[in-house]
Amino acid sequence: MERAGQPLMTTPRRLLGLVALAGLPLAVLGVFFVLPVSGMVARGFVTDGDLDVGGVLEVLTRARTGRVLWFTVWSSAVATVLAVVLGLPAAYALHRLRWPGRRAVRAALLVPFVLPTVVVGVAFRQLLGESGPVVALTGGRVDLDGTAAGIVAGLVFFNVAVVIRGVGAAWEGLDARPGEAAAALGASPAQVFRTVTWPMLRPAVVSSASVVFLFCATAFGVVLTLGGLRYSSVETEIYLLTTELLDLQAAAALSVLQLVAVVALLVVAGRLRAVPDPTLARSTARPHRPRRSDVPQLVATALLLVLVAAPVATLVVGSLRVDGAWSLAYYRALGGGAELQALPVPVTGALVTSLRTAVDATWMALLLGGLIAVVLTRRSRSRSERRVRSVLDGLFMLPLGVSAVTLGFGFFITLDSPPLDLRESPVLVPLAQALVAMPLVVRTLVPVLAGVDDRQRQAAASLGAGPLRAMATADLPVVWRPLLAASGFAFAISLGEFGATSFLARPSDPTLPVLIFRLIGRPGELSYGTALAASVVLAATTAVVVLAVERLRVPSLGAF
Amino acid sequence: MRMHIHPTRTAVAAVLALAVSGCSLVGTGDDESASDPAGGGDEAGGTVVLVTHDSFYLPEELVADFERESGYDLEQRAGGDAGALTSQLVLNTDSPIGDVAFGVDNTFGSRALEADVFEPTDLETPAGVEENALPGDDEGALVAVDTGNVCVNVDTTWFAERDLDAPETLDDLTDPAYEGLFVTPGATTSSPGFAFLLTTIAAYGDDWQDYWEDLLDNDAKVVKGWEDAYQVDFTQGGGKGDRPVVTSYDSSPAFTVDGEGGTTTRALLDTCYEQVEYAGVLRGADNPEGARAVVEWLVSPAVQEALPSSMYVYPAVEGTELPAEWADLTERPSDPWSVDPDEIDANRDEWLQEWNELVSR
Repeated sequence: MERAGQPLMTTPRRLLGLVALAGLPLAVLGVFFVLPVSGMVARGFVTDGDLDVGGVLEVLTRARTGRVLWFTVWSSAVATVLAVVLGLPAAYALHRLRWPGRRAVRAALLVPFVLPTVVVGVAFRQLLGESGPVVALTGGRVDLDGTAAGIVAGLVFFNVAVVIRGVGAAWEGLDARPGEAAAALGASPAQVFRTVTWPMLRPAVVSSASVVFLFCATAFGVVLTLGGLRYSSVETEIYLLTTELLDLQAAAALSVLQLVAVVALLVVAGRLRAVPDPTLARSTARPHRPRRSDVPQLVATALLLVLVAAPVATLVVGSLRVDGAWSLAYYRALGGGAELQALPVPVTGALVTSLRTAVDATWMALLLGGLIAVVLTRRSRSRSERRVRSVLDGLFMLPLGVSAVTLGFGFFITLDSPPLDLRESPVLVPLAQALVAMPLVVRTLVPVLAGVDDRQRQAAASLGAGPLRAMATADLPVVWRPLLAASGFAFAISLGEFGATSFLARPSDPTLPVLIFRLIGRPGELSYGTALAASVVLAATTAVVVLAVERLRVPSLGAF
Repeated sequence: MRMHIHPTRTAVAAVLALAVSGCSLVGTGDDESASDPAGGGDEAGGTVVLVTHDSFYLPEELVADFERESGYDLEQRAGGDAGALTSQLVLNTDSPIGDVAFGVDNTFGSRALEADVFEPTDLETPAGVEENALPGDDEGALVAVDTGNVCVNVDTTWFAERDLDAPETLDDLTDPAYEGLFVTPGATTSSPGFAFLLTTIAAYGDDWQDYWEDLLDNDAKVVKGWEDAYQVDFTQGGGKGDRPVVTSYDSSPAFTVDGEGGTTTRALLDTCYEQVEYAGVLRGADNPEGARAVVEWLVSPAVQEALPSSMYVYPAVEGTELPAEWADLTERPSDPWSVDPDEIDANRDEWLQEWNELVSR
């Protein structure tokens, strides 16, 4: 009965085990995140060898800093609310209802999330601009180009998928019976939602909303392209201050501010998200056929689909129109050609690089995210252990809240001396992308692993299974689909990642988003059209990956 | 829901995963990392690391020729746009991110010189390089590789269709006849935008703010990047916008061919600001000899001839032959505007701040 004594293991030993499991992810996070970011921030705080906190504080009192901060908070908050309002009905229609084509629609709605922002920004501007269809159709009454509303629309476009995924997964796992019972007792659908469904759904909504807010507050390409010049967010301001003005003090001040805000947000979200016992709330209801009362949700989903499809359609149509006629010329140019000789590789070559990089980023994100998820979901036996876990939880979400510029510059100033001279390593790009995808992997796996009753592992252990074997018997059957789903998600994110990649990729070996950016950065219709065609290919590849994941019928994907 | 795991399926998935990782970057370990810089076997001079902005590109054959003839392995690394590149070089003066850098231009050059990023190369350079040297660079730390001009471009077909004379000068842009026709990228967010601001500062001196007020009153549109201005708003850009006047480059007309041997756009030669891009050996480079070889290579005839078609810029070396369509379709300003680098360095932040106030009013 020695093994049965395992659960009674002393707290220090358990803590040690926890740290051992967390060791690899912690080391990676330390070297590739904490070190570069703190290196950059330190540069800002130290002037001529002396710590200059006053100078940093002065930056925070500048009028412009206030404006930038206010705009960031305001636009992110509005975009988050809109994403939730638009995403909730769609989450319901796509996860609780059964109708033909819903998997395809789910996949389609995730595509924007991984498109390169620069291209979407340009497509968005084309859609909303002076000569675009929106202005034409509304007789100029709706002119969002260069307005705050335009930015918010862009942010919603990119992030509504997060809400659909996160809330949809939770909704799928809700027990339908309490609601049905309430309805049988005469509650109206609105009453059922308010009194039964909402309390159970709230943690998932809060969780998704906090991630959306994070993404919005740190969005770079969207604000840069859609914002005109009136608007700047903390993220674009850090970029401007670092690259153009070399005002490191101000950049560091804003970076710290951003980090503090993100930590605060994570703490608040963690509190709101907390569910007493996740094992209790889980069961899988079969989606049902739409009823008459589901019509509003279906209509709302259709509307959302139109909103998301419009910019994508602009891309597709643009890629197929040559000199006012339909043509596949831009797609033929993807394989290279005399006119596009100034590209280091043809688009197809960049796609291969992207796919290969994504494979690496995916396994790295899975390895790191998987370890963290395991660490986070073991039952805590003491208060200190729980505290360690919650700190770790927050720590691994941090990469979501730091500017790519800060990270990119940080890489170059901190990883520069021999034991850690990694500036030339081909591992940098996939690793940076893995860091971006990792929090989402963690958020996908944690709810599933948390749902595994610890008693199953104990039972396996008491029957003589070692820790690994116990995990394989108790966890693997539940977690393998979400694991595959998370890999699809990480793969898709890596395919579209632009910010960090543009800093770290070798010029002779660009990924597809980097190459698209170069194409769009030169005059001539052929380059522009080819950039659009390449974006369509990127979007289609992503959609295929996501659709494959959908085929796995993973019950809970992306429950952040 | 099926809760049971299928061992065979798991095995298949595992095998699949392994197979896929076989086509990964790390899995295969590509050739470049195989010829590790630290590892021996490169008695011919080792690796030389070239840091560039992200628009840098030279055909592979040229790079291969260089490596074969010089015996160095050329490792390229991108560092963002010209501004980001310069900032990175300045930040890393103590531990340079490479041996040689290309892409610092005359609007950022003084910042790099002040921070002592480069060391003198002491090369015999061909004619044209010296003439394009950065004013104030007395030691010859920066070697001019290419030149180009940021100029206002017009859609000639648009004006021809309306039987209207296209604008020619900066003053014309504030003429009510051209109201609502001009789009330009922002000075704080794009390098051609900054160059255009410098054009107006060179042309109007202390009155540049008045000029910008007139420009904005004439409904000039200011957007963030060159991509937005040219590809979305410009009538000859990819998106077929509705503004026929745009800030772009003197080489842009070479790309707007009409299919009959002509071009549909024209650069206004009185509105140009000269941009020169430099290369230099980084102070403290691991491989200064290799770095010098790269600089020499960049001003060699082979590279100079390749510059227009690979980076859309003009060669700095005199007498370099241009591609036929460039010679036919583009014109270069004889006397572009310029602002002294020291003055730029001293006033950059103030100008940008004032300009920002003006356009976001």
